[in-house]
Amino acid sequence: MTIYSFDNTFEGLLTLVFECYSRKQFPDEILSGEGSQSVLFGSTSNIVTDDRKAERVWNGIISRSSEDNAHRIYRVFLSGLPDAPLLLVKYIRLIIDSTKNEETNFSLPVVVEVNKLHQKVCREAQRIHMFTRFQKTIEGSYYASYAPMYDVLPLCIPHFSDRFADQHWIIYDLKRNYGFLYDMKTVSRVVFDDLKVNPQNGQLHASLLAEDEKLFQRLWKQYFKSICIEERRNDKVHRQHLPKRFWKYLPEKL
Amino acid sequence: MISESSLEKLKILAGAAKYDVSCASSGTKRGNTQGGIGNATAWGICHSFAEDGRCISLLKIMLSNYCIYDCAYCYNRKSNDIPRTSFTPDEIANLTIEFYRRNYIEGLFLSSGVLRNPDHTMEQMVSVVKKLRTEQRYNGYIHMKTIPGASQQLVTEAGRWADRLSVNIEIPTENNLKILAPDKDFKSVLEPMKMISTGILESKEERKNHRNAPLFSPSGQSTQLIIGATNDTDHTILKLSSALYTRRDLKRVYYSGYIPVNSYDNRLPALSAPPLRREHRLYQADWLMRFYGFRSDEIVNTENPNLDLDLDPKVNWALRNPHLFPVDINTADPMMLLRVPGIGTHSIQLILMARKHQRLNSAHLKKMGVVMKRAQFFITCNELRSQNVQDLKPEIVRQLLLDKKSLGSDASVQLKLFYPMTPALR
Ligand code: SF4
Repeated sequence: MTIYSFDNTFEGLLTLVFECYSRKQFPDEILSGEGSQSVLFGSTSNIVTDDRKAERVWNGIISRSSEDNAHRIYRVFLSGLPDAPLLLVKYIRLIIDSTKNEETNFSLPVVVEVNKLHQKVCREAQRIHMFTRFQKTIEGSYYASYAPMYDVLPLCIPHFSDRFADQHWIIYDLKRNYGFLYDMKTVSRVVFDDLKVNPQNGQLHASLLAEDEKLFQRLWKQYFKSICIEERRNDKVHRQHLPKRFWKYLPEKL
Repeated sequence: MISESSLEKLKILAGAAKYDVSCASSGTKRGNTQGGIGNATAWGICHSFAEDGRCISLLKIMLSNYCIYDCAYCYNRKSNDIPRTSFTPDEIANLTIEFYRRNYIEGLFLSSGVLRNPDHTMEQMVSVVKKLRTEQRYNGYIHMKTIPGASQQLVTEAGRWADRLSVNIEIPTENNLKILAPDKDFKSVLEPMKMISTGILESKEERKNHRNAPLFSPSGQSTQLIIGATNDTDHTILKLSSALYTRRDLKRVYYSGYIPVNSYDNRLPALSAPPLRREHRLYQADWLMRFYGFRSDEIVNTENPNLDLDLDPKVNWALRNPHLFPVDINTADPMMLLRVPGIGTHSIQLILMARKHQRLNSAHLKKMGVVMKRAQFFITCNELRSQNVQDLKPEIVRQLLLDKKSLGSDASVQLKLFYPMTPALR
């Protein structure tokens, strides 16, 4: 049984693929993150991330399929699911070993599975586009936080930096404890140790809120109520579209 | 400028606007400009869902719910004794920006009752939109409802600032419109629609020569028809929609199941609930016309003037045309694949790509999202030799499909129709 472990970065995964080819040994299992786990399994080889090797695999994927496909692989990786690395290694192997482009060969289970997971990740990113709610701070900047199911914030940032180009903002992933800060010029990754946020609902501490912030939250809530046609009430569809796990972060559902 | 007192106005004027069903914010793709706020994405984004299940993507609001007209089906009609109020153009522009900056909305949908006269109302609405674009440097989506009877000049100005203009026809036949909306006639709604489509065409032409020629309602126009307030058949309704799509180049026709807001008015039918199922079927039929290449008379005609409420219109069409089936999945023309019940546009894309690699069987199809419970009667693929509509006769297939719960509930139909179509993220 061949077991590999890696540092759970995307570059790490690509390096792992590179190593598989050079050792001619493909994994039956992949462990990510903490090395402590690998002690249990004696024979785990730990892959050290190497950007140059990773890049070669990345380019290999592009030349054997397409740039879209390479990005698809990246997004599936962001799902962070325990099974994703092994699935991706199988998929990348298929792409690299085939003489023609197999990315659309939906008769192969591994292709279907990758695409399914890809769709789930994209849908979650879309939900962040939809359900992000900024709170205006006392300094006039805007803050939003969430706990997305997958690690999708990196995918969402270009959308927000185009749309909200003339306001300072922070979007923070409470589950993974990191976020992005935009200062009207650049976007940078940030980690806060002393975030003044209620983890229950993502609301900033009252002392940090702009004077009229609560008013706008109430206006929005009022709008949400007024726009509903009682005769058409449909809680089932409502819940299908607006997953419950987001409710606690949405002023209209608070 | 926005204060506690705005809460009450918002309550009234959003409540007054809620019967307009148009919700899309799609069709324009506009990047942000230097120093500006907002953009429009080609597919639009929903930001919330109301408890009636409808998507909330725009701040849908009336400038005023005062109205000098007295349309029978309208909650805001003159003769109703309801609280009235108006926003100032500044208030709406402000509210839009504040909501937008918080990512509550994708843009503004502005309508109004007729204040004093159509031009006066239209002027105020145009000033909201102009303020947003010029003073606030706002690049997000704006949909504006044109007031019937407004002058050409104001319509032209509105089209310059808005992404989409719409005029609601509401009642599908002129006679019925005259009975229910004595202040309106077909001319008052169809004339502005014509102005808008001419404006759109002209601006498209000009932009071929000058890249910077002004845009005019770049995301097109839409309209709304109320369903079930009159005895008009689905045949009449879909014929009208189809003509609007081809001759007026409409982007969307919305169908709004009639809600008896003025039950005292005996020109209107007494309904216990809005005809939601019929509304769903009309959306499905409309979908078939826009994305599946169906003509309206293939869906309903003089012999079958109304849609079948129990089975979706594509299945109905297939059962009326058994001689065209079964279709071979591995060789069929894409246009014919589109007509197979149980196969949607997404699975067709997958089928077309996959069949280049190898012959497909039913297991493949299932994985690609084909609803085999329905499709099985209308296709052949590699190994599949189940009985098809030719062997079984349409009536029997109809029974089989009806018995199965496989048709999906209304809820799931609505889900599909109102969920924005989004391309995968790049
Ligand atoms: S003109 Fe519009 S707001 Fe006025 S009564 Fe008719 S439908 Fe209602």
